[in-house]
Order: sequence, then C-alpha cells, then structure tokens
Amino acid sequence: MGIVDVIFGFNALVLVASAIGVISSRNTVYAALFLVLSFVTSSILWLLIEAEFLAIVLVLVYVGAVMVLFLFVVMMLDVEVAAVREGFTRYAPFGVIMAGIVVFELLTLFWARASGLPIAAELVRRAPDASNTREIGVALYTNHVFEFELAAFILLLAIVAAIMLTLRSRPGLKAQDVAAQVKVRREDRVRIVKVPAERGE
Amino acid sequence: MIGLTHYLVLSAVLFSIAVAGIFINRKNVILLLMCIELLLLAVNFNFVAFSRFLDDPAGQVFVFFILTVAAAESAIGLAILVVLFRTRRSINVQELDVLRG
Amino acid sequence: MALHLAIVLAPLAAAIIAGLFGRWIGRSGAHCVTIAAVGASFLMSVIVLLGQLEPGALPQNETVYTWLVTDGVRMEIGFLVDRLTALMMCVVTFVSLMVHVYTIGYMHEDPGYQRFFSYISLFTFAMLMLVMANNFLQLFFGWEAVGLVSYLLIGFWYTRPTAIFANMKAFLVNRVGDFGFLLGIALLLASSGSLDYATVFAKAPQIAQQTMEIAPGTTWSVMTLACILLFVGAMGKSAQMPLHVWLPDSMEGPTPISALIHAATMVTAGVFMVARMSPLFEYSETALSVVLVVGATTALLTGFIGVVQHDIKRVVAYSTLSQLGYMTAALGASAYAAGIFHLMTHAFFKALLFLAAGSVIVALHHEQDIRRMGGLRKHLPVTYWTSLVGSLALIGFPGFAGFFSKDALIEAVELAGRAGASYASFCLIAGVFVTALYSFRMFFLVFHGKERLDEDARHHLHESPLVITVPLVLLAIPSLVIGWPTIGATLFAGYFDAAIFVMPGNDVLARLGSDFHGAGGFLLHGLTGLPVLLSVAGVAAAWYLYLYRPAVPEAIATRVAVLHRLLVNKYYFDDFNEKVLARGARLTGGALWRFGDVAVIDGALVNGSARLVAWAAAIVRLSQSGYLYHYAFAMIIGLALLVYWTLGGV
Repeated sequence: MGIVDVIFGFNALVLVASAIGVISSRNTVYAALFLVLSFVTSSILWLLIEAEFLAIVLVLVYVGAVMVLFLFVVMMLDVEVAAVREGFTRYAPFGVIMAGIVVFELLTLFWARASGLPIAAELVRRAPDASNTREIGVALYTNHVFEFELAAFILLLAIVAAIMLTLRSRPGLKAQDVAAQVKVRREDRVRIVKVPAERGE
Repeated sequence: MIGLTHYLVLSAVLFSIAVAGIFINRKNVILLLMCIELLLLAVNFNFVAFSRFLDDPAGQVFVFFILTVAAAESAIGLAILVVLFRTRRSINVQELDVLRG
Repeated sequence: MALHLAIVLAPLAAAIIAGLFGRWIGRSGAHCVTIAAVGASFLMSVIVLLGQLEPGALPQNETVYTWLVTDGVRMEIGFLVDRLTALMMCVVTFVSLMVHVYTIGYMHEDPGYQRFFSYISLFTFAMLMLVMANNFLQLFFGWEAVGLVSYLLIGFWYTRPTAIFANMKAFLVNRVGDFGFLLGIALLLASSGSLDYATVFAKAPQIAQQTMEIAPGTTWSVMTLACILLFVGAMGKSAQMPLHVWLPDSMEGPTPISALIHAATMVTAGVFMVARMSPLFEYSETALSVVLVVGATTALLTGFIGVVQHDIKRVVAYSTLSQLGYMTAALGASAYAAGIFHLMTHAFFKALLFLAAGSVIVALHHEQDIRRMGGLRKHLPVTYWTSLVGSLALIGFPGFAGFFSKDALIEAVELAGRAGASYASFCLIAGVFVTALYSFRMFFLVFHGKERLDEDARHHLHESPLVITVPLVLLAIPSLVIGWPTIGATLFAGYFDAAIFVMPGNDVLARLGSDFHGAGGFLLHGLTGLPVLLSVAGVAAAWYLYLYRPAVPEAIATRVAVLHRLLVNKYYFDDFNEKVLARGARLTGGALWRFGDVAVIDGALVNGSARLVAWAAAIVRLSQSGYLYHYAFAMIIGLALLVYWTLGGV
C-alpha cells in the first residue's frame, strides 16, 4: 500500500463525503462550498493519473469562475431556505433507491463492456518532463479543430445570452449615452450670439 | 495499486449521489444546477480515467468540450434564474408550472 | 363529314349567339339567326336524306373526335348516318324550323324572346346529337341535353309556381328513367367492353348468351336486363306508363315548346333509341314483350284520360302519350319500321295540332279551357281547317298520314306472336275508338256548337297572323299526304334494312308486306278493317255526345262516378307519387338525416373524434405537470431503462 493508494483513498472519501454534503446541505451557500471541495478533490484525483492540464483547468475554470458565479447568485437572491428544503425526508428513500439502481447498473455496464478493451492494468507513467498540455493541445488543434471552434462559438453565445437575459433598462437611470455623445455636433452645443456693442454717450 | 476500476466505481458513486440529489432537492433550482454539475463531473471522471488507461488523449479533449458546454450552461442557467427571480420573487420549482399542459 | 358537323353545329352556334348576345342583336336578330341556322340544318339534312336514298348508299359511320381513352374504352364523338338517322334529322329540323317561325308570332309579346330562341336552337342541337350519335356516350349526352333544355323550357315562365313545379317534376321523373338508361349502358359496356354501336351490336349474339345473378339464386339474361334498363330510359323520355306523369304537366311551357319537344321530337327519342337498338332488343324476347305490353297499356289508358280533360293543351298532351304508346307497342312487336313511320307522321300532325291549339290560345288571349270555347270555326278558318286535317290524321281517317302508319302498326301487332301480343292488339284497337272520341270531342267543343266565350275574348277574336298560319299550313300538307308516297318504301321495301335489324322469325312487316300492293291497295284493305270502323264510330260518338246531346256526358259522369273520378284523377298516379314515393323519400331522407347525419356522422364521427382526441389529450396532459423535476425524473428513469436495455444486449 503505497503513498498513491493512500492519497487516492483519502481523496475518494473526501469526494464522496463532499458530494453527499452538496445534496444534503440545508444552506445553499454550504452546498456551493461543498461543491467547490468536491471539484478540488477531483482535481487531485486527476493529477494522480497524470491528467494535469484538465486538473488545473477544473480548478481554474470551475472553482475560479463557475462556482464563484454560483455563490454570487446564491447570495444575490434571497432564497427562503425553509420552504426550499421542504419535502426532503419524504423523497430521500426514493432518491437513495434510484441512486442504488443507477450505481448497480453502471457498474454492471462497466464490467461487462470494458472487458473487450485494451486497458492497461497499470497506468503507463510518463517521463517526468512529458507535457500533458502539449499532448492535449496537439489533439485539440489538429483532429478536433472544428469542434474547438464550435466550443468557442458556444461560449460566445453563452456570454451574449447571459447578458441579454439579465440586461434591463430601468427608467430614470442616469447612464451615459455614448452614441448620442459621439453624434453631437458643434451647432447643438455652441450658439454664437452677436452682441451689439454699447454706444458711448 | 490504483487501477481503472477504482476510478470507475468512484465515478459511478458520484453519479448516483448526483441523481439522488436531483430527487431529493426538488424545490431548489440552484441545487438542481449544482447536481447537474456533479453529474458532469462524474462523467468527466470516466472520460479522464478511460483516456489515461487507454492512453488516448481524445478522451481528455472531450472533457475539455464538456467543461466548455457546462460552463456555458451554468452561465445561461444562472442568468435565467436571475431573470426568473426578478419577475416572480421566487425560485421555488413548485411554483414554476406555467408549462402545465 | 363536314356536312354532318355543320348540321349539328349550326343550331348550336345560333343558340350561343342568341343566348349570349341576344341583347345586342335584338329580337329580330335573334329569330333571324336561329331560323337561318335551323333552316340551313334542315336543307343539309334533306341533302343527307337524298344521299341515303340513292340506291346502294351505305351508312356512314365516322368518328369526329376522340375525347378520351381509358382502359381500352374509347369515349368519342362521332356520327352514324344511315336512313333511320337521316329520316329523324329531317323530321327534327323540319318541325323545329316550323316551330321557330311560329314562335315569332306566338311569343312576340314575351320579354324572354331571345332566350326562347336560344333554347329551342339549343334543343335542336341536342336532339341532332342524340339521333346522329354513333356511340352510347354521345347518345347519353344528347339524351341528357334534351332533358335539360326541356327542363329549361317547361319552366320558361319561371315566375309561375306551377311552371316551376312542372319542370321539376319533368326533370325528376326523367331522372328515374335516365338512371335505368345509364345502368343499361353500363351493363352493355361491362359485357362488351365498348361504347361504340357497331362493336356492341356485333357482339350482341355473345351478350345474349351471358347470364348474371342479381339476387342470389336468380339468373338473368344480360341482354334482357340491359334491354329492359334501356327501355326504362325510353319510358322516361317517351313518357310511357308509369313514368308518363311529367308530360301533361309540361304543358305549362309555351305552346311552341309543347309542339317541338313534347309532341314531335324529344318524346320520340325513346322510340328512336329502341329502334336504333334493335340489334340488341331482337335478342331478348322478354324485353320485347315488356315493351309491347307497356306501350299498349299506355296507348289505351292515357287515351281514356284525354276524354275527361278540359285544358286544350292537356287533351293534346294525353293524345301524345297515347300515340307514343302506339309507337312503343310497334317496337315491341318487332315492327320497328312501323314505329318509326308512325313517329314521322305523328311528328307532323301532332306538331300541327299543338300549333293549332296554340293559335286558338293566342286568338282567345291565353284562354285554354275548352268549356269556354266553341263556335270558333268562322272566326279562325285557317286554324279550323288545319286542325281538322290534324285530327283526321290523328284518328287514322283513311287516306290521311296517320291512317297508313297506325293501320300498319296495328296489323303488325296483331301478327306478332309474342307474349302479350293479343292483349296489346286489343288495347290498340280499342284505343282507336278512344282516340277518335277525345280528338273530336275537343274539335267539336272548340270549333262547333255554341259560342261560350267571355265577352272580352270575343271582342278581340281574330285569325292569327301569317307567321302562325303559314307553319300550320306547311304542317298540314305532310299530315295529309305524307303517307301515300312513303308507306311502301319505309315499311315494306327495305328502306331500313341497313339501320334496323329484325330476326327473320320476328319479321311481322315482311309477312304483312307479302299482301302489300301499293298505297291504294292498302287503303282499300284498311277501309274494311275494324280500326276504320271504330274511328268513324268514335267521331260519331263524339258528335252525338258533345254536339247533338251535350247533356249526356254529364249524365254519364254522374252515373259512373267512380270511373269518372278515376279518370279525372289520372288513375291516381300523381297522388301515388306524391303521397307514397315523394313522402316516403322525404321520410327516408329525414330519418337518414336524423340518424345518419346528425347521429352517426356529426355525432359519432365528427364530434366523436374530436371528443376522443380531447379525452385522450386530457389523459396525456396529466403527464405535463409543468414541474421541472417531473421532467428530470422522467429523464433519469429513462436513463435507467436505457442502461438496462444496453445491458440486455451483452
């Protein structure tokens, strides 16, 4: 039982525990924080099998961006916790049974289907200076370049959609109208007045 | 020694916890969204594990795309949520039944 | 061929011009163009007839236009011109021409003048199409077209409710006949695969061998069935009992129409059709017996009704029915030539009688009741003499046209050995007496005796103008003399050999012809026969009852009141039709409407399907709760099922 096994076992336990924490927290903020924890432990577990790039991306993108967005929203919206949690115990047994069925089915499927694949019994370790990022980059920019472009477009779409959905114009808001400012001409602002000179007595 | 099986079992457990979470948290949209994130994490686990143990980077590229889509989805989902809250002052799923046939 | 086309199309073109452009060409324009067209048609028909009369002239059968070909059945427009057709063409166009001229005088005050001319020209076109057809489709077209024009003309004065009722009645009764006619054509098409006369006639012996099962267990000869169905059509158009009820009512139309359509031409279409179909009818003894019995019954029974009618036109109408019965009986006796011969002579004298009746009506300012006439002889000399000729021809007075045709016809029926022949010959001979009685009853009541006129009518009484009297005279001439030159040729000299087919065993005219020694001999022979005696007796009886002792008919009517009522009510045919058939149809329709339409179609099918959809939707809608998590559950359960399914494939 090497150090790797210990790290895997510990992190796996933390992951399962934090996932259970996500679904059972009374407070949505706690749930979000548990989710952050499960992302971080996942990232460690990915590092164990040398998927370094994705591990870092998971932490950076998910924990750094998505989860922060979640926390923002949770804190911004005034959610009634008690009302939201109602019916928890009623549905719990059903949820557990459903989860059991899914686990059983998935495991059966893995064992049944994975047997024909050329799976290494033990992970092929890379050289210490091998770059996982380079490996993914090569795959991404050669074979999957169109999908990459598509993904970029989806992100753009998400940005536009999110902005459009949440944008609202409140009447009476004193905001700058840049277009109007640019459009303005000298004649609109400056009036030249000819003042008759005073005549000396 | 840690093998593919360990990762697969872990991802299956994670997936089933997320499923249970969807069943249990039937009122709170934010928690539903988080459960979906968990589901995607479990799926990503599978992809990463298979990719590494089959020694094929395509699986990790797939995870990359899933992360992209998931991020987009959360962003839009949360935006919808904000708009929803703004108009109805509530995110209780029980009250969102305008799709009723 | 161009000649034949021109004969047919000239009246059509005139009808279109007068009908559509009547307002521009005016009244005189309308009658000029139609009379010119029909006159041209008549002249060309005469040329065709003369061509056919030349020795060795062959029937001309040509197709003008193929409308469509489907599944081997050719639908064509074509002309079959033989001696039968040529004779009919001449009769039709001549009577039509006379009626056109006469109409100028009769309708000169009518606002629908151009429309009327358009209709009668159109009628001429349709009738020519009918008689010149070389296939069943065109025959049916002409058949329906003359029916349509007849409908339009009976209802010509469309503001009169009685006219509307009469034209609807004519149309509906004809529908019954046409239904049978169409079925007959369809049966022939099914069994021979062709609509062409020549092809069907050539296959007649084979068709005669076929049988078919109508109800289970009953076998019918296809030929008998087809011929009877065709004859049902003829019964409708030629007004044979029991489909005769429309003809008397059709007198609601203007008198020229009664002369043209309901006396001389259209009603003879059925007779013509049966003669034309002689190659088929000859193969069915049963069908010919039916024709014989129906014709003879009509000839006698409708004659009786004529005795009690008071409307001058209706008397003539019932006389037409009776004469049509005579023609039909001749057809049934296989004496087709005699039937057609009587058709021709009848066309002249019946058109004459109608036009004379019209002349009387015009002179009396549209008074039609013969009880309010009388003594018109000195006021209307031309009408008087021409109607005398017409009446004598009608009763078969020796030497007149009707004598030759009717006498030949009656003798032919006597000789026919088929079932019902003795009954038929009794009816026809008795009918001679009845014919004479009603004809001269009308004649005496109108022209002799006391003047029973209104003061107003008497004041305006005057002989009709030339346009009316000239056609009368022109029609009186053939009524008087047409029998002399034609009887020998048409009946016994094989005039119709190429057009009419008679089985050697059935050829009564040939047997009759063996004794024939010219028209004079026929006349002498006829003078000693029973029919002539009976017709003279009929005239005498009419003179005794209506001139010498006018009180006697009243006494007879009260003495045998039941019989009188039966006749006045026309054997209750109309009552039967209206109270039983029409009412039954209305009740059936109402029941079908209530049950079929309202309950089944509207209730069960239309609203029912809508309700079913609504009900199903209401159930399906329960699954559309609108809650996100319900949809999420459904997806997860679906996922579980999907994985399970994948496992099953392991």
